Amino acid sequence: MKRYVNINDNGQEDLYCDNRISNTKYTILNFLPKNLWEQFSRFMNQYFLLIACLQLWSLITPVNPASTWGPLIFIFAVSATKEAWDDYNRYLSDKQANDKEVWVVKQGIKKQIQAQDIHVGNIVWLRENDEVPCDLVLIGTSDPQGICYVETAALDGETDMKTRVIPSACMGLDPELLHKIKGAIECPNPDKDIRRFEANLRLFPPFIDNDLCPLTINNTLLQSCYLRNTEWACGVAVYTGNETKLGMSRGIPEPKLTAVDAMIDKLTGAIFLFQIVVVIVLGIAGDVWKDTEAQKQWYVLYPKEGPWYELLVIPLRFELLCSIMIPISIKVSLDLMKSLYAKFIDWDEEMYDHDTNTPSHATNTAISEDLGQVEYILTDKTGTLTENRMIFRRCCINGTFYGNESGDALKDMELLDAIGSKRPDVIRFLTVMAVCNTVIPLKSKKGTISYKAQSQDEDALVHAAAHLHMVLFNKNGNILEVNFNASILQYEILDTLEFTSDRKRMSVIVRDCQNRDIILLTKGADEAVLPNASSGQQIRTHVEAVEQYAQLGLRTLCLAWRELNEDEYREWSLMFKEANSTLVDREWKLAEVCQRLEHDLEILGVTAIEDRLQDGVPETIETLRKAGINFWMLTGDKQDTAIQIALSCNFISPEPKGQLLLIDGKTEDEVSKSLERVIRTMSITPSEPKDVAFVVDGWALEIALKHHQKDFTKLAMLSRTAICCRVTPSQKAQLVELLKSREYRTLAIGDGGNDVRMIQQADIGVGISGREGLQAARAADYSIGKFRFLKRLILVHGRYSYNRTAFLSQYSFYKSLLICFIQILFSFISGVSGSSLFNSVSLMAYNVFYTSIPVLVSVLDKDLSERTVMEHPQILFYCQAGRLLNPSTFAGWFGRSLFHLIVAAGMGPVLSLKYFRYTYRSSAINKLQQAERLGGPIVSLGNVEPQMKSIDKDVALLPMSQSNNRNTAYEPLPSDSPTSSRRFLGSATPFDFLQTTQLRLSSTYSRNFKDN
Amino acid sequence: MNLKATAASSTSDGTSDSSAPRRNSKKPKYSRFTQQELPACKPILTPGWVISTFAVVGIIFIPIGLASLFASQRVVEIVDRYDIDCIPETLRNDKLAFIQSRETNKTCTRSLTVPMDMKSPIYVYYELDNFYQNHRRYVKSRNDKQLQSKKNENETSSCDPEANASNGLPIVPCGLIAWSLFNDTYRFSLSSKVLEVNKKNIAWKSDQGHKFGDDVYPKNFQSGGLIGGAKLNASKPLSEQEDLIVWMRTAALPTFRKLWGKIEVDLEANEQITVVIQNNYNTYSFGGKKKLVLSTTSWIGGKNDFLGVAYLTVGGLCLFLAISFILLYFARPRPLGDPSFLSWNSDPAGHMN
Repeated sequence: MKRYVNINDNGQEDLYCDNRISNTKYTILNFLPKNLWEQFSRFMNQYFLLIACLQLWSLITPVNPASTWGPLIFIFAVSATKEAWDDYNRYLSDKQANDKEVWVVKQGIKKQIQAQDIHVGNIVWLRENDEVPCDLVLIGTSDPQGICYVETAALDGETDMKTRVIPSACMGLDPELLHKIKGAIECPNPDKDIRRFEANLRLFPPFIDNDLCPLTINNTLLQSCYLRNTEWACGVAVYTGNETKLGMSRGIPEPKLTAVDAMIDKLTGAIFLFQIVVVIVLGIAGDVWKDTEAQKQWYVLYPKEGPWYELLVIPLRFELLCSIMIPISIKVSLDLMKSLYAKFIDWDEEMYDHDTNTPSHATNTAISEDLGQVEYILTDKTGTLTENRMIFRRCCINGTFYGNESGDALKDMELLDAIGSKRPDVIRFLTVMAVCNTVIPLKSKKGTISYKAQSQDEDALVHAAAHLHMVLFNKNGNILEVNFNASILQYEILDTLEFTSDRKRMSVIVRDCQNRDIILLTKGADEAVLPNASSGQQIRTHVEAVEQYAQLGLRTLCLAWRELNEDEYREWSLMFKEANSTLVDREWKLAEVCQRLEHDLEILGVTAIEDRLQDGVPETIETLRKAGINFWMLTGDKQDTAIQIALSCNFISPEPKGQLLLIDGKTEDEVSKSLERVIRTMSITPSEPKDVAFVVDGWALEIALKHHQKDFTKLAMLSRTAICCRVTPSQKAQLVELLKSREYRTLAIGDGGNDVRMIQQADIGVGISGREGLQAARAADYSIGKFRFLKRLILVHGRYSYNRTAFLSQYSFYKSLLICFIQILFSFISGVSGSSLFNSVSLMAYNVFYTSIPVLVSVLDKDLSERTVMEHPQILFYCQAGRLLNPSTFAGWFGRSLFHLIVAAGMGPVLSLKYFRYTYRSSAINKLQQAERLGGPIVSLGNVEPQMKSIDKDVALLPMSQSNNRNTAYEPLPSDSPTSSRRFLGSATPFDFLQTTQLRLSSTYSRNFKDN
Repeated sequence: MNLKATAASSTSDGTSDSSAPRRNSKKPKYSRFTQQELPACKPILTPGWVISTFAVVGIIFIPIGLASLFASQRVVEIVDRYDIDCIPETLRNDKLAFIQSRETNKTCTRSLTVPMDMKSPIYVYYELDNFYQNHRRYVKSRNDKQLQSKKNENETSSCDPEANASNGLPIVPCGLIAWSLFNDTYRFSLSSKVLEVNKKNIAWKSDQGHKFGDDVYPKNFQSGGLIGGAKLNASKPLSEQEDLIVWMRTAALPTFRKLWGKIEVDLEANEQITVVIQNNYNTYSFGGKKKLVLSTTSWIGGKNDFLGVAYLTVGGLCLFLAISFILLYFARPRPLGDPSFLSWNSDPAGHMN
């Protein structure tokens, strides 16, 4: 389980691998066998190979074997070439990394060697802007405080600079001594967690003491990071080659299979069965004919006694004849189409974000069709719906509210006066704002100070503090300098109790350099801070402040502090050190130790930070709602803030139109009761329909998922809208899993590292390349610049992709079936002997040149223009419910190929049938096409009469649609109506319009509630 | 569409202005292809469009149908089935024995009456029925290379079981098709005057020129124990054996006619033609009919009513549909593209699609 690294010892070179990075899948020697093996592990390919092999037997082959071998070899060559090309590119980039020259200490002398020759235990020297070649434990930097800065963008996508410090044991070592340093590092075996490194360092004499020195991720330089703003740094290689954190986390994600693909597979299976049946029937018929009729046909000269396999010959011939039922071209055509869909997304001008200069990008080129079939969108709040540009707006200090009138505390004269008069509570409040963080101030040459912050909240707080004359201007090692009204205050940072999403707070322990007091400064979520307030303190005003701010949609943080006495700190410090150097469960132990200090806090006040909504969010949500997509908001933020944001972006409607049902409770019983109550409320068809949504917080959610999964699932299916607040990343993923388990197509959209799991879990992951770095965007299948592009991604790209694939796949089967039916029909008039009507060249030409290549232009097909789709998002139902590709449409194509077999000139009846349907039973798509052509205003006023009727029918339909348990991806809806799509909550929504405005019938969904 | 195009172009203009100063913008380049804005036509089944299509199809098809039916009617065809009649009545209960016997006299005389004036050329066909020239075992049993050139004489692969003669030498032409060559012959006379039948140029020119070599002579043909059909004149190259060439172009269906020759004089109505048939070919084992066909041609070829009927049927159907759609259009007009008919705007019960 553990790895012992001897620093600067060459004796262990063989123990661990060298630093040669290899991401390649193949070598030159094993490429062919391995690639072929991989390709043949797919069923379709096995089938084609079997067919091709059978064709080599000239007794049974109806056509030239080349007509199968040709396409097969072509298809294999194409995918093998693609693989080879990818692998070659990987090889080139590996080689580049491997051949890079780095400075390494060998036998006490600094030498330049290639990166691939680094071994575990070597000391590697880096200069500014060098890329880190392997995972290092930092032991020295040019900075006297032992700090260096790294950019980790390549690792986690976060563009901010991070600080790394050398372990305390190495502090103050002379650079010359570093050449000769000896010691041992005890670290866990390689893993892929880039946020955790729990190890110990022990230096051998004569270097300082023999103490174990704990190492964290802050003492490491990980592979692929860049050293910035630091002249040099050096470190000990602990993980090398493919065993680095990056190398370990680099894995091939499991390929996602779209619903369309699954359906095509299913249909292929059905056709395969059909083919087997045909082969058996015709084979038997052929054998019978041969034994009776053919004996009379003297010119065929059948021998009386055939070989033992005689009975098999005719069935096998039919197998070969019918093998074209499953078109060999379908996979190639579909792959080609899919990569074009992806390209169209990349190329789309309207999804290019000017602010951040990012075009949209489809990382996963294979799942565009799923976009058109999304049923649930699970969205993050911060950074996804909002801009994640935090601005400090209000605060409440010791019961006094600032910024309530102007909406901007920075301009509140009262606050400025209070600062001017140096009221101690205000000063303390500002101190926490400026000091309690991990922000790095950077001074430019002009003297202006800019901040590098990992969290947007901290950035907002430090900036606000600076505005209020408490300027954090220097952080030099442990010494932190704050300029307050031209006087410089110095603090020594003793410990930092870091923020984790479980703790929901962070603290720093500082020593005031003026009076040597030790102070604990804490900031965090209200529920993480307020319970730890000292018992005597009145926290009511703070709770009220938090509530008030949350109702305004502001993010709140509680600030607190406590003076520690020397002994208490010293005692605690030992525990902290110990916890810090444990290897197992360090995070949990640290949290426990921190808890021991963070109590009896004196609450100073509450800050309120505004996070503005992104452009076009309410409209996007409304449009996608109309398209029948359900929204769930999953946020780590607190309930009130979440609800407020939800209200302002049309996510839920306010009373009386909307109704929020709360699921809460701390115990199993409470949660169970409230869950039941909510389900009951939801299942009753209300007399006055409402948009009902449920709200659940992380705590109740955990209980609900653990003990009442069935009920919760039921609730999840009933509800079109849900808000889950204070949820952890793993809970987000759990919710996605829950919906997926009910066969819903889910799309998860988020922007931060905490959304990555949810994004990877969902059928489609969309990342917003936002301020929280590119982590989500990298893990996602699609990355877009703004939330509002989601509308276009789904309604335009997703819908078109689905339509086109549905057409192409069914058409491919149709044309193959057609020619196969002709062959079968011919076999009845050719003595059921399995002769082919067409010669090999014609067959191949038909399959490739006449029917496969020309139809590829359907990649540009549009049944409706983009504008019409945007105006009538309801049309997405067709895709969602899988109306264009399911067994019944496939049966239609099947019948069409049969019909075309019998009546070659059958276009007349087909056209007239189509016309009848088109005119008198037209589908919504047809109607919109007509409207589009007529060019008139498409939105019209419906008459009220049928509307009323419709609702009755709708309601009557409901029990049926309710009981219709979804277990397949397609589901022909009982009607076109969005309302009948199995959730009757939505069913009643048209009512609203009848009652509120009879003129705005076009939108089923509630308009902006602000109008009311 | 226009609206959309202008909107798109205006935004693209606007954005290109704003992004112009920014270097290395990652904005995708505009082209009508990348933005999926290629011009397209979308035919929509409007009443006008559908009705006029049907009407036009009907109006075009009916005359074509009438013309081809008329042409087909003008073709004069004499069909005479002789397979049973050419067996003496006493032997009819064992036809197979009759045809397989070398002793029996297989000459048979038939008399045909010309129903109408027949203009030359008059084509003479034989028609076989229930004969599977398309049977896989049969149709593959030939070697085109061997037929083509003398140097490939030994190429008899795929010719089994008629590949090599009993002495082991290759048969030229090999295979079941050649082996079973049709061998009935006909002699025509008109009131005791011999009617010349031209047997030249009855095969495809391309077959004669390319597929059957002029240096390939029959060898070891029909020399085995089993005699299939006709024998070939070993002194004539294959390219001149036109009966063989016609026979070797295998028929796709089990009932087929093959050209036997051409009569190049006009025949008048009610003339009696006497045909002396050498009834050699065995169709009796599988119960196939044999027919002799004399036919003139017109611009649609031989007598074929199907084409005319098909044209008339389709044309008539189209015309009928066109008229009924017009009536329907006036009886139950239905405004197109009325969004109030959209299911989410109106009646969810109207989900009949």
